[in-house]
Amino acid sequence: MIDALSRTLALIGKELRILFKDPRTRVSVLLPPVLQCVLFGYALTYDLSHVPYAVLDLDRSAASEALLAEFDGSGVFERVANLDRAADIRRFIDDRQGLLVVQIGQDFSRDLQAGVPTQVQVIADGRNSNTANTALAYVGSVVEAFGTQWRASRGLPGPPIRISMRAWYNPLLESRWNMIPALIGTLTMLQTLLLTSMSVAREREHGTFDQLLVTPLRPSEIIVGKTVPPMLVGTAQATLVLLVAQLWFRIPFEGSLLTLYAGILFFLLGAVGIGLLISSFAATMQQAMLYTFTVLAPFTLLSGLIAPIDNMPVVLQYATLIDPLRYAIDMTRRVYLEGAGFAQIVPDLWPLAVIGALTLPVAAWMFRHRLT
Amino acid sequence: MTGTGSEPRRAAKLRRIAALVRKETYQALRDPSSIAIGIVVPVMLVLLFGYGLSLDVKNVPVAVVVEDASPDAQALAASFEGSPYFATHLVRSMPEAEQLMQDGAVTGIARIPADFSRALQSGTAELQVIVHGTDANTARIVEGYAGGAIAQWQAHRGDEGYPVPVAPIAVQSRLWFNEANDSHYYLVPGLIVVVMTLIGAFLTALVVVREWDRGTFEALFATPVRADEILIGKTLPYFVMGLAGLALTILGGMALFHVPLRGSVPVLVLASMIYLLVALGIGLAISSATRDQLVASQLALLLSFLPTVLLSGFLFDLRSMPVVVRLLTYLLPARYFVALLQTLFLAGDIWSVILPNMAVLAAMAVGLLLLARAATRKRLA
Repeated sequence: MIDALSRTLALIGKELRILFKDPRTRVSVLLPPVLQCVLFGYALTYDLSHVPYAVLDLDRSAASEALLAEFDGSGVFERVANLDRAADIRRFIDDRQGLLVVQIGQDFSRDLQAGVPTQVQVIADGRNSNTANTALAYVGSVVEAFGTQWRASRGLPGPPIRISMRAWYNPLLESRWNMIPALIGTLTMLQTLLLTSMSVAREREHGTFDQLLVTPLRPSEIIVGKTVPPMLVGTAQATLVLLVAQLWFRIPFEGSLLTLYAGILFFLLGAVGIGLLISSFAATMQQAMLYTFTVLAPFTLLSGLIAPIDNMPVVLQYATLIDPLRYAIDMTRRVYLEGAGFAQIVPDLWPLAVIGALTLPVAAWMFRHRLT
Repeated sequence: MTGTGSEPRRAAKLRRIAALVRKETYQALRDPSSIAIGIVVPVMLVLLFGYGLSLDVKNVPVAVVVEDASPDAQALAASFEGSPYFATHLVRSMPEAEQLMQDGAVTGIARIPADFSRALQSGTAELQVIVHGTDANTARIVEGYAGGAIAQWQAHRGDEGYPVPVAPIAVQSRLWFNEANDSHYYLVPGLIVVVMTLIGAFLTALVVVREWDRGTFEALFATPVRADEILIGKTLPYFVMGLAGLALTILGGMALFHVPLRGSVPVLVLASMIYLLVALGIGLAISSATRDQLVASQLALLLSFLPTVLLSGFLFDLRSMPVVVRLLTYLLPARYFVALLQTLFLAGDIWSVILPNMAVLAAMAVGLLLLARAATRKRLA
């Protein structure tokens, strides 16, 4: 027992020394999570803050000016051109000078004064229809607010029902609050998987894995020795991302650190297990890298980071069940934003434990049987 | 180089390159992992992006709390139930609804308060909507759908003779290039960019550093081959593999998701070939500049996958990113290729977009390949 422990500790020590002896590896393990978190933290938002647009105002009345002033004062729309003819729209959109064109017809103010329902035309660049739809929704709310205000100024009744909206856990509905906690798992998994699969592949390629197997180390001890170091690195990376989320982006942490780290530990166990399983198939580092990536891409895309899992077809929703990142993202969001306690994240933890409990023994078995 | 000697020299050079290409091709074809990245990954990504990623929110689970027993309130609740966008759970009390939300069983609560019908008479009626704000994007969409349910209820009341207030100004919108508002139209071009970047960068990221690691590079130096010949020998086979992956993605994307190609095929092929060179160049530059396969893989992973998905303008709008981040995206080749492909597929041959973006990519390809050559030659000395 004591022997097993000291053998395992020796292997762990060796693994950590390999990882940290080279200053370049040291940097490549610890710096990227911080840089990525800052960079992606700013980039990952479906909210629009700058929508360049052009105006084709055929009415040129006080009313149309007032409506356009609402656009310009919204803080989101930036008028980059005033068009004179409808023929100019094509060129403006084609050349990507702006995202949309607001066209006000010549009867606009007359209809508005007369109480006849009127309209404004909006033409959007649909090359990215998601961005265009978001911008169109903003247009809708600006025009609606203007209409309500206009009715009120003439003593006309407003809409019969007002919606009063409140958001739990993220009162200002900032996408960033949703995305950055999700990065804790995403950025950590990226490197943990790669580190794990490469560490065995490196030994294979250099021929030292055979030597490792003739030492008194048992396969289970090799597995533990290869599991603990990447888990330590993963924990360190998760901590760095967590610090960026709190100190740089100032997203309030609602839960308990103990619960979060317990969750991270389960997640890393699952991730490292998958990494080791990959490495048991790979004969070279090239193979380890490519196989790692082959599972990493679907894990990331199906995790709920970019698009909600509920929107996926049912078959793919089942496929997400073997994705450790899916559980990690759900777990971190719940602990971080909702302050969920340990009991509430158990539904995320047991699948991770199952993933770890299946992959690690299979990897150990594969190590032994590849050799004989 | 003399006039008489140049012919045999050139022939020898070609022969050396051909030999290297042959060696590299055998090595790639023998390795199942190249097949994985060249064929499995493109097919998988086409299917995942095409079927898996959808930002269109449907069947949002919502708890509807009806505290008012009046017919007006019941009718409003019914219009929530009738909406295709909501999967409604009717509950009696607010605590019940809050419990459902805490358990994650619903994403929102619509509460019709007890004084609803009375307030409706005085024109102060209110519908309370509480959303689970964790996913801000979905939360906003839920708010919009709630407005839709109310409009539905109003129209229904209009049928019964109540006056329906008409919005004074309606927005009539048109989505150019994608009138049907099909999200595949932007996902498929973006997907091609992701696949090409990955194939290119991953296939070549280890091809040089691997030889260093195994000590076979010294052996290569003992032969008459030169640095540029090594690089050509290491690029060509993967260029061909990359083209196969490209064809697979384009044809798959167009056949499965009916994305139109409104530009011309030769321009598309040319632009893609240039970008493939850029992607291979990234991998080669990483491979020549590092000595450790782990560091090379990490760099390839960090520089290719997430930046291409997140910072290229394919999913997230570049104009809304802070200035510093936006400036960084100008360094990212994927940004130019996304602009090119979105335009080529959906808008057509618009030269004012195509030419500048293609020029930047061509310059990047040349720059990266020269960089790889310089890094390899330095090692030779």
